[in-house]
Amino acid sequence: MLKRETWQAWALILPAVILLVAFTHWPAITTVLDSLYTTPKGSRPPRFVGLENYAALWDDPVFWTALRNNAVYAFATIPASVILALLMALAVNTALPGRPLVRMAYFTPTMLPMIAVANIWLFFFTPDYGLFDRILAVFGGGRHNWLGDAATALPSMIAVAVWKEAGFFMIFYLAALQAMPPDLQEASNLEGASRVYFFRRVTLPLLMPTTLFVLVNAVINAFRLVDHVVVMTHGGPNNATTLLLYYIYEMGFRFWDTSMAATLTVVLLALLGTLAWLQFGVLGKRVHYR
Amino acid sequence: MKIATRSLEILGAWMLALIWVLPLLYAVWTAFHAPAYATHFDLTAPLTLQNFVNAWEAAPFARYFLNTTILVSLILVVQFVLCTPAAFAFARMHFPGRDVVFGLVLLQLMIMPDVLLVGNYRTMAQLGLVDSILAIALPYLGSAFGIFLLRQIFRGVPQELDDAARLEGSSLLGRLWRVYVPLARPTYIAYGLVSISYHWNNFLWPLVITNSVSTRPLTVGLAVFASTDQGIDWSIITASTLMTSAPLLVAFLLFQRQFVQSFMRAGIR
Repeated sequence: MLKRETWQAWALILPAVILLVAFTHWPAITTVLDSLYTTPKGSRPPRFVGLENYAALWDDPVFWTALRNNAVYAFATIPASVILALLMALAVNTALPGRPLVRMAYFTPTMLPMIAVANIWLFFFTPDYGLFDRILAVFGGGRHNWLGDAATALPSMIAVAVWKEAGFFMIFYLAALQAMPPDLQEASNLEGASRVYFFRRVTLPLLMPTTLFVLVNAVINAFRLVDHVVVMTHGGPNNATTLLLYYIYEMGFRFWDTSMAATLTVVLLALLGTLAWLQFGVLGKRVHYR
Repeated sequence: MKIATRSLEILGAWMLALIWVLPLLYAVWTAFHAPAYATHFDLTAPLTLQNFVNAWEAAPFARYFLNTTILVSLILVVQFVLCTPAAFAFARMHFPGRDVVFGLVLLQLMIMPDVLLVGNYRTMAQLGLVDSILAIALPYLGSAFGIFLLRQIFRGVPQELDDAARLEGSSLLGRLWRVYVPLARPTYIAYGLVSISYHWNNFLWPLVITNSVSTRPLTVGLAVFASTDQGIDWSIITASTLMTSAPLLVAFLLFQRQFVQSFMRAGIR
């Protein structure tokens, strides 16, 4: 005999939980299974191949390029956008002339679709008459094909991502700064502590929970957001801007090799899982919640 | 010395702000001037709306606007309706399996549907839903973020209010509707704004699952338009880009304070 509260509770959660499981947990499971079979082609049904797809992936140079690109992309965008966000928040938290305008300038890119951002920046990076080349021309620089050159294509993608995200993270830092009790600052002024000392010993530790939250989001976005790659470079030139999720998209929906796309997805899921465990398990312990 | 550092800081903040709006200003300049002025700066250049007219006529943007509006409203309404009772049960009821199921729900915060393109595409194909607005929405309807956010706020509702309503003979759903939902109003607004801007801007999954004018949201329509039809007519591309971002941007400029507070509220746990 079930208790009344038990079946009531299950009735309340079931609609949401069924949908959630059907489109998050279930596809995760089928993806793992798919990665153990060949891609069905025409009348040929999928055949169980064990870990052969993973072996094929191991030998695929594009996979390693995508992994390396994503690592570079993550290690550049995450610190750059988080540090810029903190600086922006600190700037906007003081009595700055024209503060609402400055805050709006920082935050506006957040409201634009990444696809719109990509179009605007595509124009920016255009050789010769894009804004970048025109600014460089003033300083005597020559024509540069920003997105067509393997050396500058990935940094260009990184710049777009940082521009888009920093303002979003700023909001969370700003909220945390404004929630800080002002008497801390007064006490430190009485003690004659320097601003740098106060920031390092008081502000920064108090911002740790916010930093953790922002970091989690920045990490997820570094692996989740590839809209600009789809629009601006298609992963090129010569895979210089291929990120993991873009490679999954290309494999699954341009080459229609669903088994390899599934195998790649499993790698990405494993990566995200490990990062989540690192962030909450290791970093989380060092954060002081009130 | 102190004044000098302060001035330097202000200058830095302003420089950064300038760099941050520059791409947008550049796009606005191009969109409102004849193509001849796209890369030629002249403050006396005549303003024109012709680029917007051309863009609007060159692609079925009216239909794309309609599709996005349907998509965003569908997601918002269903998310509210489904997440509210689930969040309430997780916040205030005791039942076997609660913590395990809640843990499973939270997993979605890290492994989002955006990453599971291949698996979800297969499910949609099996359901016969490929190339439908419902298929774009389905993976996002059961939202861990929404459940989590509302659960946090429901837990903060004083138990005495709940007990008082119970004594007056309110049913479970009656209490949820009359006590909890009204108290969580700011959270609903916050979550609503986050959800609307997320799905208005979402791109990769809609790109994969749609392939016709009648289902494509604005973002995908814009990408198709900019990549195939236009070549390099930047005036029209920037005009259409601004057009698709305009509703959110205008709403943001009008309700700046609410937007910023909402994003903060949604982020703070």
